[in-house]
Amino acid sequence: MNKEFYIESSISICNNKVISEGKELFGSDSKDFSTFSKEVYKHFGTNYPKFFKMDNLSKLAFLGAEILLKSQKLNESDNDIALVLANRSSSLDTDYKYQQSISDKENYYPSPAVFVYTLPNICIGEISIRHKLYSENSFFIFEAFNPEFLTGYSEYLLKSGKSKKVLWGWVEYFQQEYKAFMCLISENGTQKHNIETIKKLYTE
Amino acid sequence: MGNLKEELKAKIIETLNLEDLSVADIADDDALFGDGLGLDSIDALELIVLMDKDYGIRLADPKEGRAIFTSIQTMADYIEANRTK
Repeated sequence: MNKEFYIESSISICNNKVISEGKELFGSDSKDFSTFSKEVYKHFGTNYPKFFKMDNLSKLAFLGAEILLKSQKLNESDNDIALVLANRSSSLDTDYKYQQSISDKENYYPSPAVFVYTLPNICIGEISIRHKLYSENSFFIFEAFNPEFLTGYSEYLLKSGKSKKVLWGWVEYFQQEYKAFMCLISENGTQKHNIETIKKLYTE
Repeated sequence: MGNLKEELKAKIIETLNLEDLSVADIADDDALFGDGLGLDSIDALELIVLMDKDYGIRLADPKEGRAIFTSIQTMADYIEANRTK
C-alpha cells in the first residue's frame, strides 16, 4: 500500500516578501536582495554572523530553511531531515562575480571567500551546519521548477527510510532575480503532499 | 602606527563582512582567531590576499601567518616592517 505524506509547512520568498501558506510573514520595499535579506534576517531574530559571509544563493536558502525549521525546535536526536534543493542557475551568479574578480591580470587577487561559493550545493552545507543535520542531501539543476521529480525523489527518501522528514525546495538566484519555495514533508501534517498542492503553494 | 591599526580594523570588518562589529569593538591585542573575533580558515586566506593587495606583502610560507595574524598589533607590526605599498 502506498504511504501518504503531508506538508508540515511551506514558505516562499520572492518579490521582497516572505509568504507561508498564503500568509505574508514579512514584506519590504527594499531595492536589492542584499538589503532585503538583511531585513528578513533581523525580522526573524536570527543570530548567526556567518550569514553575512554567504553568497546570495546561500542567504536565500538559509533564510527559507531558518524560518521553516524555527518552529521545529530541533535537537540532535530528532533532526533526521534530508535536504533536497534545486534551481535553474546553479551558482552562476557567484561564478560570474568570481570570474569578474580574476579578469584583470594587472590586478589579480582571487577572493577565497567568493570562490568557496562557486558550487550550488554549498547552500545545503550552510543549512546543515546551522541545524546540525547529518542527513541525506542533494542539489539538482533543472531548466524550470520540476515538482514531479522533486516530490517523487523526496517521497522516495521517506519511503526508503533514509530520513524521517525531507526539507525540499526550489532556490533560484541570478542577478537580483530570486525565488525560493521550500517545504517540510513527513508522515504528519494536514495538507497532502502532491503535485497539485505543491503547484498551488508555489504560485501563491 | 595608530592610523595603520585603525585602517586594518576597518578593512578586516569590510573584507570579512563582520557586520556586527565596529572599529571600536576590536582591541589591538584581541585574538583574531579562536575565542577572539572567531575568524576561520577562509578568513585567513582573505587576510593573505589583503596583505598582498593593499600592502604588497606576499607571504611565501603560509605557516608565517599564524604569528602575523595573531592580533591587529602583530599584523600592524609586520606590515610596518615589510610593506612595499
